[in-house]
Amino acid sequence: MTTHESPTPAVATESTGVAHHPSHPAPNPSDAHGSVYDALLGGDPSHWAFGTDFEDPLAGVDTTIPQGVGGEDLGVYCLMLADDALIASHRLSEWSSNAPDLEDDIALSNIALDLLGQARLLLARAAAAHPALVPALPAGSPVPPEDALAFFRDDRAFRNVRLVETPNGDFAQTVVKLLLFSTARLALLERLRGSRDHVLAAVAAKGVKEVAYHRDYAARWFVTLAGGTEESRRRLVAGLDRMWPLRAELTTAHAVERRLAEAGVGVDPSTTEAEVDVVLDQVLAVAGLDRPERSPMTAVDGRLGRDGMHTEALSRILGEMQVVARAHPTGRW
Amino acid sequence: MPPALLSPHSPAGVDARRDAAYAVARTVRDPELPVLTLEDLGVLRDVTIDADGGVSVAITPTYSGCPAMATMRDDLERALREEGFDRVTVRVVLSPPWSTDWITPAGRAALAAYGISPPGPAPRRAAGPVPLTLGPVHRVARCPTCGSTRTSLTSEFGATPCKALYRCERCLEPFEHVKEI
Repeated sequence: MTTHESPTPAVATESTGVAHHPSHPAPNPSDAHGSVYDALLGGDPSHWAFGTDFEDPLAGVDTTIPQGVGGEDLGVYCLMLADDALIASHRLSEWSSNAPDLEDDIALSNIALDLLGQARLLLARAAAAHPALVPALPAGSPVPPEDALAFFRDDRAFRNVRLVETPNGDFAQTVVKLLLFSTARLALLERLRGSRDHVLAAVAAKGVKEVAYHRDYAARWFVTLAGGTEESRRRLVAGLDRMWPLRAELTTAHAVERRLAEAGVGVDPSTTEAEVDVVLDQVLAVAGLDRPERSPMTAVDGRLGRDGMHTEALSRILGEMQVVARAHPTGRW
Repeated sequence: MPPALLSPHSPAGVDARRDAAYAVARTVRDPELPVLTLEDLGVLRDVTIDADGGVSVAITPTYSGCPAMATMRDDLERALREEGFDRVTVRVVLSPPWSTDWITPAGRAALAAYGISPPGPAPRRAAGPVPLTLGPVHRVARCPTCGSTRTSLTSEFGATPCKALYRCERCLEPFEHVKEI
């Protein structure tokens, strides 16, 4: 049977011979009275998040660069915070429809959405601070700068820490990764609320409220899995062991972060280390676990994720995340 | 003097035009919680008249990733155009960040009547590190079906970023609670 006939024919089932009429006729695009597809084809572009004049997430926000800071430094700093959120969000969204139960499917998707929102604002801020960071696109491309940064940069231009790009593993490993990431990000955003940059201060103030929920979620699951069954504890310990070497990078300052911190615009992540350790030790103590004796993952040629040095996992993420956008740089959706 | 007779550029005329625009903007509803207006939800922050006579509306996102912002903007523009305001600009205000404390009493009543448990007071805390909460979340969530407060949290994350999932222990109905931020 073809699905393009109109009106939709009644379907006679072989076993009963009873005609069955679908409750809704298939839409006919050539119907003189229009079809349900009409709303998708013209008029209101706000339905589409990519490739149209969707919305500048910073419309009307004061994006003046604070005195004493270079535009490029500020832009690169925003990329660091944005890429952490973007890549963590993409990884978490891989759990959609795959989580152990519906509640956690929804929870992980919610956390991914919060982080995607933070990434959007920060990418837009990066583009406004230093337009040269935005990859050049063909003339007439409708792709806004924030999307150009997300979809048209190569792996070496991404500034995220390597922790967020690691594969999800099982649920326990994802819980460990989320605990490490959200603990460090919360401590950082808490301090960034005092930034002299209005956009960063505002993004941080909002983000603190969101990431506080993310960290509590991960910490509760951490304790639950530790005290659950032998198998859940085994998986948690294995995940902790795998993720622990990537922890140090979260509180290691890059030269740009140090410069921005000195200017009162950014936060030196090494200043959050003591606070992050207190929180992690608290969770480990309640879970009855010790810190793994694993040394930090080494730099490659002295370079870390913040320098654009990544694992193969990031290339695979970008391959999936960017393929459609890159195939149609002038596409309208 | 009725507002229609004022010059739109005189101070009193600007005030009247601003009030008229606000009266339209405040009726626009949240696309995900249509029982609430944007005013009830606390995302409508300001309506002003620009120097050129256009209307400028400021809204703030509930959560950073709120996917409804573009729809809110379009709904505001459409509603104002239909009432004759042909130049409309919708701005995003990020600071101060939205709080559930901004949901109006009318909004809270509308949520409860719709079957969604309204938020309690947003958490207040001293400056410094955000305390870790490992234990169960304690808040009073009243079942919108039977009114019981014997309810239990199913998940802190629901169908939209702003809601948690609950279940009533008395009538066993699941329901949503707007979580305090």
